[in-house]
Amino acid sequence: MNTAIKKYYYGDIPDGAAENNSEKKSSTAESTWPLWEVFIRSKQGLDHKHAGSLHAADAEMAMQNARDVYTRRQEGISLWVVESKYIHASNPDDAEMFYEPASDKVYRHPTFYDLPDELKHM
Amino acid sequence: MSIHDLEQAFQDKIDKEIKIEPKDWMPEAYRKTNLRQISQHAHSEIVGMLPEGNWISRAPSLKRKAILIAKVQDEAGHGLYLYSAAETLGTSREQMVDDLLSGKAKYSSIFNYPTLTWADMGAVGWLVDGAAILNQVMLCRTSYGPYARANVRICKEESFHQRQGFETLLVLSKGTKEQRDMCQEAINRWWWPSLMMFGPKDSESTNSDQSMKWKIKRKTNDELRQNFIDMIAEQIKLLGMTLPDPDLKWNEERKHYDFGEINWEEFWNVVKGNGPCNKQRLAARNKAHDEGAWVRAAALAYAEKRKNKLNKKAA
Repeated sequence: MNTAIKKYYYGDIPDGAAENNSEKKSSTAESTWPLWEVFIRSKQGLDHKHAGSLHAADAEMAMQNARDVYTRRQEGISLWVVESKYIHASNPDDAEMFYEPASDKVYRHPTFYDLPDELKHM
Repeated sequence: MSIHDLEQAFQDKIDKEIKIEPKDWMPEAYRKTNLRQISQHAHSEIVGMLPEGNWISRAPSLKRKAILIAKVQDEAGHGLYLYSAAETLGTSREQMVDDLLSGKAKYSSIFNYPTLTWADMGAVGWLVDGAAILNQVMLCRTSYGPYARANVRICKEESFHQRQGFETLLVLSKGTKEQRDMCQEAINRWWWPSLMMFGPKDSESTNSDQSMKWKIKRKTNDELRQNFIDMIAEQIKLLGMTLPDPDLKWNEERKHYDFGEINWEEFWNVVKGNGPCNKQRLAARNKAHDEGAWVRAAALAYAEKRKNKLNKKAA
């Protein structure tokens, strides 16, 4: 089926809604600005973390809007913006199967190994 | 899995305090209730900019003007956090904006009251934001993940709003007779509408039970309203002002303040669109949207042009 080909998984935005962002005309017959995801590094030495999303016409505007919407109180020193349609996410319905392989491998954790108390620095 | 099993699994998650995320299965009614509530909350932030925007150009000092601009800008930001959260439920930003502009969507009725004097800026910050904060603190623990996260962000910023409001009134309360009168009159005007912000009584509220079961809400309208009254009845003593309710009195047995009957007829009347400023607010939003149309179109055309240029260079 044709619709199946177009189905891809974005971050938090349901498939239909996000795809429509760049194509759909609203009832006022205006084209709409695409959706962007915003990631903030709160201080030097930490990872960028997802903060939320916003609409903007292009990357430059997305960056400026992200500055105004998400960092009004010095919440960040570095910003990433990426158009939401480029984010591929795992499917929660597959979570069990997808993450199951890790659940029975307790030997990957240091606590699996029973060692004498006298053993130091390990 | 049958629908019944899915619903059971969903409720189990809620009972175990596991947050619901956008792509998890959820009952259609849960999606709709959240969508309605989050978009109404977003619209309230956006329309809420208008009564205060009214005083930006008339603020009594540069300091007050800078504070007010920062507060109104925060409200725009809160609206945007919330619209983003609502979009994760499968609606588009344009649809929500259209529903607001056409009058189909509701927003908090409190913003249909006028801000007549500078003291109203203080009363709005103290009472209106104070009431909103109680609701939003509760919503930091709501079961839908994106809505909870948006509220955490909002609450971090909202505390300044309430404090600046109280401080504005505190300054007036220590001023001339005219300033003290202005302070008292603003409190008189905003007290009852603030109590209405928590919505109908629990006995009249239709959505409450299901929303509590799904942990969309975690306290009832009456519980939140009582918390608010207990808090404000104490705080007002510091202003040396009074609340316009002759029945307001500490009840030692209940360990709460008793209070007089709210005028629910007025409440429903404003909800239905007949408040003092309903028409004016919607007209202002429509005007801003229409006058911004060329900006939105131009930004898009510019982005398109630049993209084409880049593509040509690459080719």
